Amino acid sequence: MIRFDAVSKQFPDGTRAVDQLTFEAPTGKITVLVGPSGCGKTTSLRMINRMIKPTGGRIWIDDQDTAEMDEAQLRRGIGYVIQHAGLFPHRTIVSNIATVPMLLGWDKRKAEVRALELLERVGLPTSYAKRYPAQLSGGQQQRVGVARALAADPPVMLMDEPFSAVDPIVREQLQDEFLRLQGDLGKTIVFVTHDIEEAIKLGDQVAVLRDGGNLAQLTDPAHLLAHPIDDFVADFVGRDRGYRSLSFQKSPRFPLALESSVPLGATPAQAVSAARDGWVLVIDADRRPLGWIEPGRITAPIRPEMLRRGGTVARAGGPLRNALDAALSSPSRRGVIVDDEGALLGTIRAYEVLAEIEERARPELDEADLERAGLQPIEETPG
Amino acid sequence: MISRILAWLADGAHWQGDDGILRRVVEHLEYSVTALLIAALIAIPLGLYIGHTGRGRFLVVNALGAARAIPSLGLLFLAFLWLGPKLSGDIAFLAPAGLVLVVLAIPPILSGTYAGVEGVDPAARDAAVGMGMRGTEVLCHVELPCALPLILSGTRSAMLQVIATATIAAVVGLGGLGRFLIDGLAVRDTPQTASGAVLVAILALLVDMALALVQRLVVSPGLTGRYGKVSPTDAETGTAIPASALQQSV
Amino acid sequence: MTWLRGHFFDVLSLAGQHIYLAGVPLVLGLLIALPLGWLACRYRVLYPFLIIGTGLLYTIPSLALFIMLPLLLGTRILDPINVLIAMTIYTVALLVRTVADGLGSVPDVVNQAATAMGYKRVRRFMSVELPLAVPVISAGLRVAAVSNVSIVSVATLIGVSQLGSLFIDGFNRAFMDPILVGVVACVLLALLFDLAILGGTRLLTPWQRAGKASS
Repeated sequence: MIRFDAVSKQFPDGTRAVDQLTFEAPTGKITVLVGPSGCGKTTSLRMINRMIKPTGGRIWIDDQDTAEMDEAQLRRGIGYVIQHAGLFPHRTIVSNIATVPMLLGWDKRKAEVRALELLERVGLPTSYAKRYPAQLSGGQQQRVGVARALAADPPVMLMDEPFSAVDPIVREQLQDEFLRLQGDLGKTIVFVTHDIEEAIKLGDQVAVLRDGGNLAQLTDPAHLLAHPIDDFVADFVGRDRGYRSLSFQKSPRFPLALESSVPLGATPAQAVSAARDGWVLVIDADRRPLGWIEPGRITAPIRPEMLRRGGTVARAGGPLRNALDAALSSPSRRGVIVDDEGALLGTIRAYEVLAEIEERARPELDEADLERAGLQPIEETPG
Repeated sequence: MISRILAWLADGAHWQGDDGILRRVVEHLEYSVTALLIAALIAIPLGLYIGHTGRGRFLVVNALGAARAIPSLGLLFLAFLWLGPKLSGDIAFLAPAGLVLVVLAIPPILSGTYAGVEGVDPAARDAAVGMGMRGTEVLCHVELPCALPLILSGTRSAMLQVIATATIAAVVGLGGLGRFLIDGLAVRDTPQTASGAVLVAILALLVDMALALVQRLVVSPGLTGRYGKVSPTDAETGTAIPASALQQSV
Repeated sequence: MTWLRGHFFDVLSLAGQHIYLAGVPLVLGLLIALPLGWLACRYRVLYPFLIIGTGLLYTIPSLALFIMLPLLLGTRILDPINVLIAMTIYTVALLVRTVADGLGSVPDVVNQAATAMGYKRVRRFMSVELPLAVPVISAGLRVAAVSNVSIVSVATLIGVSQLGSLFIDGFNRAFMDPILVGVVACVLLALLFDLAILGGTRLLTPWQRAGKASS
């Protein structure tokens, strides 16, 4: 657990980067520091491993005051991932990953074995081991950076905009894999980003910082979307909050309409007889949906070019947002729901999903919210 | 003319003895290598310090810039006139020449060293500190290896400088291949002069190639971009070594 | 120093010679290096050959070159033309790489934008690439200028008259004053060249002044 205790940083020229910051980053969870440029998020992160020294307050890691520890020792126990990876260009990939273990005095063989393990863990082929950083793409270098931070199995990881320097598609892959990795490893992570979407996607809790290094709000992502504390946070969190908060809500077992379907290659006559209304769903041999077709328009057996693919497909039990989008985007207005293997289960209409949404309770105001706003809880009347 | 040069070089007598070609080559190399090593011993630590800490940078950069302008011949004569009378025997000309050789070799090495250290990827340096390397460890494990290309090219420049100045130093009595040029000019023995010039040029080229080979062997392939076969889909091309600040050669 | 007062105009005339012997090759060398550097940049295959080739020339110690050239060209050894040609060779050797790197430093996107706007090759080179390459080329030119001023003094040993003649003069008479004057004069001359090039660069790159504080 990392604890900030009234931490401040004032630079010699007078700028106040961080102001009385107090919060806890719970063990085994991802805490994201997010905010506009100049809000002190990177400064705060770098104060944890004392790359920057606080001018006020203390930082505790598991009840040890970081100010009392030897800097190099402190840092060897913390994984550090930065924006442009910062790999050593003169060393091979394996040698890069094994850096901290070697610093700690591990046996060289052991360090190399561990490095190869981690290389695979972050999704890179072991054939990359003897390559040099310049031979890797940005995304690959970033993965090596993460592997390097994990090498000595530190309990804590600090990540400073690690995915910002890669393109959006690679970024999404890295984020998904990072979540998977964290699911396996359960490290205490403090993550800095300027991207609120990334913060909401990755964080177990999100700390929104204001310009000047003040903590505006600290809460879990769903709560942040539902109850931004003031205009600054509301603005920063951005628009479409209603839709985005649906990402955090799981679909119930919707009663699904059975959907008749035809395979590729079906004749127009077969399609017409299968269709309930003007549309019919086309599936493959594994019952996976491929697209919609209007039987009235086809004149030959169904080929892939004839399919209308505008609709997204939602997994049963997945987020409500996906179910709603499946219904909204479907050409036939019937949202396709599939099981975990991707096979067709049935369809749903938008009004059904909306009905479910309207019936749900909004994320509750918690005691802190009530106290701050000077509100009282509403008494639940039984019956 | 070429035939006269070849004839002079072919003459066996010119190769042997105290003022034979072989002896002169050895002398020339002795002076050059010694001066280079001494200069490196001074310049590399100094350059590492300046590059790593950033202290004294402004002073050194400007001083080096000015130093490039000082003519080596003038410096040789000044040193000789100043030190020569104070010493006796061989040292009387060895010391001033040696001093000038070392002094002229320092700027390129110094320049290459601190430029090399400064040119290290700041992200790599940040990562190194963040991972728990102490100052000296960052210097030895990261900054020095990454600075090696520029340090070595600075050393190559310095070597050329030294070889060239050692040639001229024959004027103040130094041995080495310069003797053929200077003595030849004095007695108007053109074949001797010309042969000396050719020999010096060849020596300089050979030494430079040797140092280039050393550079090839010592610098990490990760920095130079020589990796051998690489799959085009996964790899980015390596970045080229930045051009070294070419230093004065004489 | 009394020696200087007595020989002031001699020194001045030697300095004039020196400027001529160091400066003309600068201009000539630049003019030759520009197309060569452009070739090296444009046809990357040629880059190693041109750079290594010119590098080899630069490796030859100056005294050796001053002696070999007249033999190759058939001129007399103490003809200043040898020095001019040798210095031009050195300048070209230094500048080809600088020009290639300077042109290479122009961002690709700028070249492409210029082409997309309709600039033809030559016009694009003169109006876009070359001006943008000026800072890098000018840095190389400054190094070449200082280097030239220093190397020219060696030509004393083959009897060509310039500031270096003061060195031999002082040495022969075991008198330090002329040598000191010569050295200081060389340094001042180098400074003059440096400032002149800097000034020229500033004139050619108004955008640099407008943007940042100093180059």
